[in-house]
Amino acid sequence: MFDINLFGLFGQLLVGLINGSFYALLSLGLAIIFGLLKIINFAQGALYMLGAFIAFLALEYLGINYWAALIIVPITVGLVGIMMERFLIRPIANEDHLYSLLLTFGLALIIQGAFTHMFGSSGLSYAIPEELKGGNRLPFMYLPNYRAWIIVASVLVCFGTWYMIEKTKLGAYLRAGTENPQLMQAFGINVPLIVTLTFGFGVALAGFAGVMAAPVYSVSPDMGSNILIVVFAIVVIGGMGSIGGSILTGLGMGVVEGLTKYFYPEASTTVIFLVMVIVLLLKPAGLFGKEA
Amino acid sequence: MNQPAPIQMNQSEAAHGNHREKLRINNLHAFYGESHILHGIDLSVNQGELVTLLGRNGSGRSTTLKAIMNMVGRRTGNIVINGNETIDTPAYKIAHLGLGFCPEERGIFSSLNVEENLMLPPNVRSDGMSVDEIYEMFPNLYERRTSQGTRLSGGEQQMLALGRILRTGANILLLDEITEGLAPVIVQKLGEVLGQLKERGLTILLVEQNFRFAAPIADRHYVMEHGHIVEEVHSHELEAKTELLNTYLGV
Repeated sequence: MFDINLFGLFGQLLVGLINGSFYALLSLGLAIIFGLLKIINFAQGALYMLGAFIAFLALEYLGINYWAALIIVPITVGLVGIMMERFLIRPIANEDHLYSLLLTFGLALIIQGAFTHMFGSSGLSYAIPEELKGGNRLPFMYLPNYRAWIIVASVLVCFGTWYMIEKTKLGAYLRAGTENPQLMQAFGINVPLIVTLTFGFGVALAGFAGVMAAPVYSVSPDMGSNILIVVFAIVVIGGMGSIGGSILTGLGMGVVEGLTKYFYPEASTTVIFLVMVIVLLLKPAGLFGKEA
Repeated sequence: MNQPAPIQMNQSEAAHGNHREKLRINNLHAFYGESHILHGIDLSVNQGELVTLLGRNGSGRSTTLKAIMNMVGRRTGNIVINGNETIDTPAYKIAHLGLGFCPEERGIFSSLNVEENLMLPPNVRSDGMSVDEIYEMFPNLYERRTSQGTRLSGGEQQMLALGRILRTGANILLLDEITEGLAPVIVQKLGEVLGQLKERGLTILLVEQNFRFAAPIADRHYVMEHGHIVEEVHSHELEAKTELLNTYLGV
């Protein structure tokens, strides 16, 4: 009896960690974009979905395999993001942030609508790459290889991004640009270029998450909008713009969700919002946010 | 036959003067949105000179520095830096003409530690001060190099803001109210530092409220009022024009 429970518990923990990996990748992208541009990119979910679809189409029509897609898709989605920033967001950069929020929300609807029109809403499947099929029986659970890979790869990408932002010269430009872009320009740093590239990078993370998700979740036009609401709650819990906070909160909330699924399944879809309410009441700037 | 000689000498003097001219501003107007802040500023600063902009709060002194850096909404006129016309130059290219800007609020980044703040601005010329020289000039910064930038005292933050642009090799410094709110002993230290920078041949345009700090080290003073330059005073005229300055500055 106890053994079966333990088996189920670890199973849910694993599902939680996997969902958490995606939450972390997506909220990290949002945090980077919000930090530098002060805009909330509602299209992040649609770009995640776009990443999954590009991976699917590349395999289907061009024979580009999963491993190549892991490189090519983030770059492609990043380029889409760069075009978005350069030609749609920048012209309204000086307006109220409500405009960019509406703009990205509209873009998300358009992208999602176009894919629903072309592929229907039932969802397509993407095979797990040959190298990651199968799994290992651990003493307390069965661990499929691809799921282990998701966790390892996401943590590595998240940590690498964190390191780049917090510990390198390029990251110092980013952090300083977040604080006082005007002074950075006066020092001779091309801030508009940094903004464009940063937006592209934040969006590329969503594309990367999309490829990672394709083999485990069904590739469907609404996959982005479903996850995005949760990711926004996570960004709020972690604290707007906090890089490390968004990663830890993403993984942590995945685990909380998994545990809730085990102990009280009825609450599993609402528990993150409950945490959000409690955090906002106790610490309005979020767990890792700086008080204004 | 004797007549043309003086003219020729004037021309050669003028040419020499232009060569030494690091910064020249003609008929500069600056706007923040609808408000017209600067109304046709003319000024020049020569190689190795320390020139101050004096005036009451709101007279347009800080705006003049920001306009030079292209940090205002809109500007018209001419701004020639090291011989380059920059009125249409994007903000991020101006520093690379050899300018270092130290803003009134000091602009220390809280997300960066002291050393990261010091290393942040890219080099704009090759012969800047080394980090060691800067630490030697401001030993406090070395001791606190791993602290968060904004944890420093006001005086230390000012030293950091100054050290940061000395490292880049900028040879024209625009300094905005660097003594504001600082203890007398630190003001004295900054005065010594500006003296050393002058000896190194740096060109300095200083916005200053503290006339007693500025008077002994400056070569010339421009007095601003309501976005105009209303008076130019050479250091040797100071005594004769004390009354006038007092009227303008309200001291």
